[in-house]
Amino acid sequence: MTHPRTTVAKIWDAHRILSDAGSDLLWIDRHYLHEGSHHAFARLRTGNRPLRHPELTFGVADHYAPSAQARATEVTGTMIARLQRNTSDFGVDSFGMGDPRRGIVHVAMPEQGLTLPGLSIVCGDSHTATHGAFGAFAFGIGASEVAHVLATQTLWQKPPPVMRIRVTGTLPQGTTAKDLALAIIGQIGTGGATGHAVEYAGPAIAALSMEERMTLCNMTIEMGARSGLVPADQTTFDWLKGRPMAPTGADWDAAVAEWRTLAPDEGATYDRDVALDAGTVAPMVTWGTSPEQVAPVTGRIPADATPDSLSYMGLTAGAQIDSIAIDRAFIGSCTNGRLADLQAAARILKGQRVAVPLLVSPGSEAVARQAEASGLADIFRAAGAEWGASGCSLCVGMNGDQVAAGERCASTSNRNFRGRQGPGARTHLMSPEMVAAAALTGRITDARALSAKATP
Amino acid sequence: MTPITTLTGTAAALPRANVDTDQIIPARFMSRSRTDGYGDQCFHDLRFDEAGAPRADFPLNDLAQAPGILVAGDNFGCGSSREAAVYALLDYGVAAVIAPSFADIFRSNAGKNGLLTIALDAETVQSLTDMLTDQPAMPADIDLPAQRLTIGPRQLDFDIDARLKHRLINGLDDLAATLQDLPRIEDFEGRYYAARPWAIPQKQTAAQG
Ligand code: SF4
Repeated sequence: MTHPRTTVAKIWDAHRILSDAGSDLLWIDRHYLHEGSHHAFARLRTGNRPLRHPELTFGVADHYAPSAQARATEVTGTMIARLQRNTSDFGVDSFGMGDPRRGIVHVAMPEQGLTLPGLSIVCGDSHTATHGAFGAFAFGIGASEVAHVLATQTLWQKPPPVMRIRVTGTLPQGTTAKDLALAIIGQIGTGGATGHAVEYAGPAIAALSMEERMTLCNMTIEMGARSGLVPADQTTFDWLKGRPMAPTGADWDAAVAEWRTLAPDEGATYDRDVALDAGTVAPMVTWGTSPEQVAPVTGRIPADATPDSLSYMGLTAGAQIDSIAIDRAFIGSCTNGRLADLQAAARILKGQRVAVPLLVSPGSEAVARQAEASGLADIFRAAGAEWGASGCSLCVGMNGDQVAAGERCASTSNRNFRGRQGPGARTHLMSPEMVAAAALTGRITDARALSAKATP
Repeated sequence: MTPITTLTGTAAALPRANVDTDQIIPARFMSRSRTDGYGDQCFHDLRFDEAGAPRADFPLNDLAQAPGILVAGDNFGCGSSREAAVYALLDYGVAAVIAPSFADIFRSNAGKNGLLTIALDAETVQSLTDMLTDQPAMPADIDLPAQRLTIGPRQLDFDIDARLKHRLINGLDDLAATLQDLPRIEDFEGRYYAARPWAIPQKQTAAQG
């Protein structure tokens, strides 16, 4: 009899090839690439090495994809072309501009059925943790590791300590997975899970949709964790079945049978345990330059807030969160750029006009098509928002979309770091509902008050 | 990789927690090639104002040259997986960072490129920071085989992962070493996919939405 194991341990054991001095060489099932992979390809070319498993490697243009042609630059064009050349030279299927499968890597790959339970998944991007929503062990890596996976389809890793975050209760009306993630980060801090693999557990987690699980696992990296994982269940299987590249027929049945064995064993022990009652979560808003600098929309900036962060943000300690005026708003990113996120924002915006510029960038071409077909895109346009093309857009100031220095942006993305949305930009993270509400009033606003009036 | 045994230089403090990768190297510089060098971009927006003038409030701007050994705050290198953060520090002249804790991916990237990351308890880091704030650019050295760090009058032992230490001292490249194990990897692959044919992605005949 083996001792009770966590889901992470089960996946780890199935992927261990060999061990050396406390590290294990792991088999990698899926390797996702974006424009940032150019360093790793350069290394492959210098070393004259082949790419070992092109059929397990998939590329996508997202970080430099312009959300509007008018904002495309020489750099965005070069970076996208470079990815296309690298992937085609090495025989990798890559979703480039014009490909209907294209989108932000953490939105598009699950849509295609490439992300599956029980797999080891890597990408040269820290938000790879998103794919853990499917019960996969997924983590971000740097360029040297990307080159290592390209050349060997393996990676050296030390077994991480595993932290269980158990969430009981029910998320109150008007709060979302984004608020839950921000509340957890507020509780344990941005270094609270450093080096850990996080496994989510509890009834509040089981009740989340796949989209919500992705939002939560996406933000897990902001706790310092290496990965975040929700054990796969019927919600996962139902979402995946019939996706273009998911297993079919007998393979599907065998896969589901194996996936069912990956739930954590009764009595499995965790290196750390954190508990939270979802019922205590309110709509959350970051006020500083780190995701842990967060407060409920009904609260205030703490009296002991870091002066450094406050001066960058142009705010004062003790100020009421919902008194903060904003200059612009952004809905999108791998955290909150999925159809359900756009639907939630549209419910608030429907029939109203925005008070400040709002940019909406769907997380993928598939999301964009569904939003167009269902009339969501028209709701945004009618509200005066800009309906952009899919990509990382305003989440990161590198594709032509930027917030100007000193400007304040309400954003559904995941990082409020200094300069993240552009040099000197001030970012407030919140849910899609909350960004929509802020866009309507021009200041940070409790979306629950507005949604009471809105018709679904 | 060049073998690393001892590092000698000066030490300086950057007493801030959560120095994220966007602060180490802003995303807008990420399209550069490795060979172009990243030293000028290191801490760019902390070092320079919008007009490109050095900021008075950035402690490292007072130094004649970049510190070889940087003493920083908690959770250093948090944020994105960009390895350029490590390139930037190395190109700027930093060979080792000392902090109470590091972000995971940053630390792993550092190890691959020979940037030492030394975690010491918060109290010790604070006392080093205080010492270096009083007297910036103190002479310092690191003896990797002995796992000993010297800054001015202070001598400290540090921990390092055994496998990483071996690789750094011998200048071994991870990738070349792994390729020696190719037969064992191939053997694993055979067994793995025999048991899990479903784990190979379905081929697509045409692009589908
Ligand atoms: S949307 Fe933002 S966080 Fe997500 S992959 Fe793109 S840049 Fe990274």
